[in-house]
Amino acid sequence: MPLTSQEIQKIASLAKLDLVHSQEEHMLQQINALFEIVEQIKSVDTLGVTPLSHPLETVQDVSLRLRQDLVSEPNQRELNQKSAPKVEKGLFLVPKVIES
Amino acid sequence: MSTPLIHGYEVVIGFETHTQLTTQSKIFSRASTSFGAQANTQACPVDLALPGTLPVMNRQAVERAIEFGLAVGGHVSALSVFARKNYFYPDLPKGYQISQFETPVVQGGEVEFFLGEEKKVVRLVRAHLEEDAGKSLHEDFVDQSGIDLNRAGTPLLEIVTEPDMRSSAEAVAYAKELHKIVTWIGICDGNMQEGSFRCDANVSIRRAGAPLGTRREIKNLNSFKFMQQAIDFEILWQIEQLEEGRPIIQSTVLFNPDTGETKAMRTKEDSADYRYFPDPDLPALKIEQSWVDEVRSKMAELPRAMAARFVKDYGIPEYDAITLTQTQAMSNYFELVAKESGQAKMASNWVMGELSRRLNAAHLGFEACPLNALTLAALLSRISDATLSNNAAKTVLEALWAQPLEGLTPLSLVDRVIDQKGLKQINDTKALEQIVDTVLSANADQIEQIKAGKDKAFNALVGQVMKATEGKANPKDVSELMRSKIAAL
Amino acid sequence: MSELHDLSLKALSLAIQNKVVSAREASEHFLTRAKAHATLKHALNPLQCEENQTSQSNSCGAFVSFNEEFTLHLANQSDQRIAKGQARPLEGVPIAHKDIFVTQNFPTTAGSKMLEAYCSPFDATVVTQLQQAGMVNLGKLNCDEFAMGSSNENSAWGPVKNPWDNTRVAGGSSGGSAAAVALRLCPAATGTDTGGSIRQPASFCGITGIKPSYGRASRYGMIAYASSLDQAGPMAQSAEDCALLLSAMCGPDLDRDSTSLDVPKEDFSRHLNESIEGLRIGIPKEFFSDGLHPDVRSCIDLALNEFKTLGVKLVPIELPKTELSIPVYYILAPAEASSNLSRFDGVKFGFRAKDYKDLDDLYRKTRTQGFGEEVKKRIMIGTYVLSHGYYDAYYLQAQKIRRMISNDFQEAFKTCDVIAGPVTPQVAWKIGEQINDPVANYLADIFTLPASLAGLPAMSMPCGFGASSMPVGLQMIGNYLQESKLLNVAHQFQLSTDWHTKTLRGAK
Repeated sequence: MPLTSQEIQKIASLAKLDLVHSQEEHMLQQINALFEIVEQIKSVDTLGVTPLSHPLETVQDVSLRLRQDLVSEPNQRELNQKSAPKVEKGLFLVPKVIES
Repeated sequence: MSTPLIHGYEVVIGFETHTQLTTQSKIFSRASTSFGAQANTQACPVDLALPGTLPVMNRQAVERAIEFGLAVGGHVSALSVFARKNYFYPDLPKGYQISQFETPVVQGGEVEFFLGEEKKVVRLVRAHLEEDAGKSLHEDFVDQSGIDLNRAGTPLLEIVTEPDMRSSAEAVAYAKELHKIVTWIGICDGNMQEGSFRCDANVSIRRAGAPLGTRREIKNLNSFKFMQQAIDFEILWQIEQLEEGRPIIQSTVLFNPDTGETKAMRTKEDSADYRYFPDPDLPALKIEQSWVDEVRSKMAELPRAMAARFVKDYGIPEYDAITLTQTQAMSNYFELVAKESGQAKMASNWVMGELSRRLNAAHLGFEACPLNALTLAALLSRISDATLSNNAAKTVLEALWAQPLEGLTPLSLVDRVIDQKGLKQINDTKALEQIVDTVLSANADQIEQIKAGKDKAFNALVGQVMKATEGKANPKDVSELMRSKIAAL
Repeated sequence: MSELHDLSLKALSLAIQNKVVSAREASEHFLTRAKAHATLKHALNPLQCEENQTSQSNSCGAFVSFNEEFTLHLANQSDQRIAKGQARPLEGVPIAHKDIFVTQNFPTTAGSKMLEAYCSPFDATVVTQLQQAGMVNLGKLNCDEFAMGSSNENSAWGPVKNPWDNTRVAGGSSGGSAAAVALRLCPAATGTDTGGSIRQPASFCGITGIKPSYGRASRYGMIAYASSLDQAGPMAQSAEDCALLLSAMCGPDLDRDSTSLDVPKEDFSRHLNESIEGLRIGIPKEFFSDGLHPDVRSCIDLALNEFKTLGVKLVPIELPKTELSIPVYYILAPAEASSNLSRFDGVKFGFRAKDYKDLDDLYRKTRTQGFGEEVKKRIMIGTYVLSHGYYDAYYLQAQKIRRMISNDFQEAFKTCDVIAGPVTPQVAWKIGEQINDPVANYLADIFTLPASLAGLPAMSMPCGFGASSMPVGLQMIGNYLQESKLLNVAHQFQLSTDWHTKTLRGAK
């Protein structure tokens, strides 16, 4: 089903993206074009089929590996923060978080 | 079943509690979880969500969840799935939280506790594993917040109840019981100031018999006192809204301890489309029955089971048993005293009463009790064999408090104090008779009144005898003697 | 002696080990060549602030960044080890990495403005493994932004031009890797393949590339696009070279990647020289539909005939869900990507918009300015298919069809050993031709997507030239964990043909 302009705006909002009005048209067109193809899947009968999450689960047991509870990460703050846009006193700075 | 109504409204409360699990490292990374480190010194690349990083699950966190599931009689899922909860917030580095959605690790279970004399059962919907977020700090920065991601990735167990609670008192009692359970089994350190145990209360009201009202969620209650205050305020606020014709809007609410008020943060409608989907970086968690069995065998006896055992084996009331199983230390102490003295009910009274009072005043737990359990047992046996009256025993206790054994057996130590203080109860009937006779003849005018049924006068005479014996007589014996003598007059 | 850059990786490795040439000489030789093919817009190397050469008009735009000091340091180390007789399997052999692998000593941009000067505090596991095998890192290679694309026109640093015709695309998303190998700027390169991003550029640029079974190579340090599909793989001049590299690249990474398979490290070269007589190659009828351009079809048919002369039996098979792989992939990949890319928010690392009025504005401006159009589009699609009310109809349904696609392959493998067919319906198109018709781009993925969805190993090798004398690749798909068999088949083909040796005479 083709998306409306309103729906596009809502999605953009969820994804924290701004769509300038001119772009919105274009984006809408392109997404809807893809969706025409995507809609095909709705008519496929998948009754009784379980979703495939890890591709190799069909041939081996793929379950979550558990590691021992050990601390082995050292303090590497300076290195980790080398590419941070704004840091002060070791904290990442952002505009004030309003609700707290 | 009593459901207290407030201004004709029934209160419905459900809780979501986030407990930080006692592990050394984080749930998905190998950084430390210890509290109080300098900002971002315990946030490794995985915790910072640096490009290319991936989660690896901590075995201990899973084991903690299994322990909890067993402790509340819940079902530990053989297969559970981790899902991403997607939203943007500065303390959430990946832009999603790894949590569990459709298949949590623990399903069902219940928590039992007493509210006054009444036994309550709150059913659990589920408990699931997830990662904690970081923290935002606002002092020191003008118009800005500083983000510390040390806490990001700390393992949490989120425990969700059915909306079974019907009053703020019940809710707080539930929270206290849950707190006891998680600290008893050692999965959480229970330090509420440090944020180890955080409750969200979902509160709604309705007329009796009506369908459930719209609820508001009071977030981040981390003290029992504030919990009660917050819920009480919220209830009255909601009643006022409805009475004045305004509908309740589903929202998230914060409690301000300074004003004592709850205030809406944002409406729940706006916020959430979390777009949950199974995390493709984490295959499904399989928990074999053998692991569950192994955990069960290693676990200390759980408070409910221990309480039931106390009732059965020691014949003490259920209320006592629940109270005594507040902490492992207290219950172990009690059991030692009960076994050694053979006086379970007396032991229960002393442990719940005198001992608890003294320890609370000194801010100590039973694991640090200055009075050795065996010494108390010896003291109790001297009460039961009528060597000591209850009152005299309290004096002996005072003397024994914080006294080392000095190579004496507990019983010898107790006896030595009794002798030193001359507190040995007078059980010699002949000597007692004489004193009773003396008192009776000195108060001949009271005898008629006593015969007429004046208990006050009777008790006064008993008191005089007790005084004359310096409290060393057994009050029961004195009463019996006096009654029979008066009857004979 | 032929020029250094004409040597296969294997030959070069031997030459270095036998001290015919030093590691340092080799590195300097390739660095000179590589620097002539840097991107015009580029990320400054914050470690060294080295500017690239001027007049790059002949550059194909393959390389994004260098760190000469570090490269030569590694080369010197290699020479020292060789002198001491402590040479590791690929000691001193230069390699370049797709800019999707994080590296401590080079910036990592993933082809995006969002990571313009990003310095990772750790190396990707794949990078570490190749370095531990003795390889010398030459630099980082251009790619489609966050690995999203089939043409390498989606890079913030400019497109990669096809070395065979610089008005055409090199393919994507590992376009820089493919072009670099085709031009012999390095003997081999690493790439990643999510929906065909190794195979397709390899095909467009006339080189060999392989995507192993999902879970073979660690994804730790590989900037995530679609977590359940992404795989790292080598791109080189031949199957033999790929085998050498793949052996070094693969292996369980149990400590850091929960999707890494716990299967032992393998020597993927061990079956290379076995005869393939009697081998059954499955030919899926769906891969030979009307959409396949005749010029490509001719090359494929020629290749299949070649196989027959090697004693191979061609078996018709069916992969009925082939067409459905497009919608399935374009639901699953964007969905996972939309979530994986949420961490790019201007808070902890990377680009942050200059002006913003509050937190929400910070997020929006940063992400709107930092991401390119294709990335934003896929984030939008992904956000939509995961959103409330649509999850079951799209995401869940796609996951189910994915299993059916996987089952189709298992059914097919009952009657054949490997599957062969085209990589793409057509040869490389002109730059700019399809940028406004991305759906056409998506449809062109039809032959590579199925193996990606099933997580099967798949490779591409040159098998001729099609329209406009552009290279054509033959795709081979194997069953799970059967990389060595695939490479064996490819090697035997390359022993009796010489498409893979056709280099660009006149390549500068």
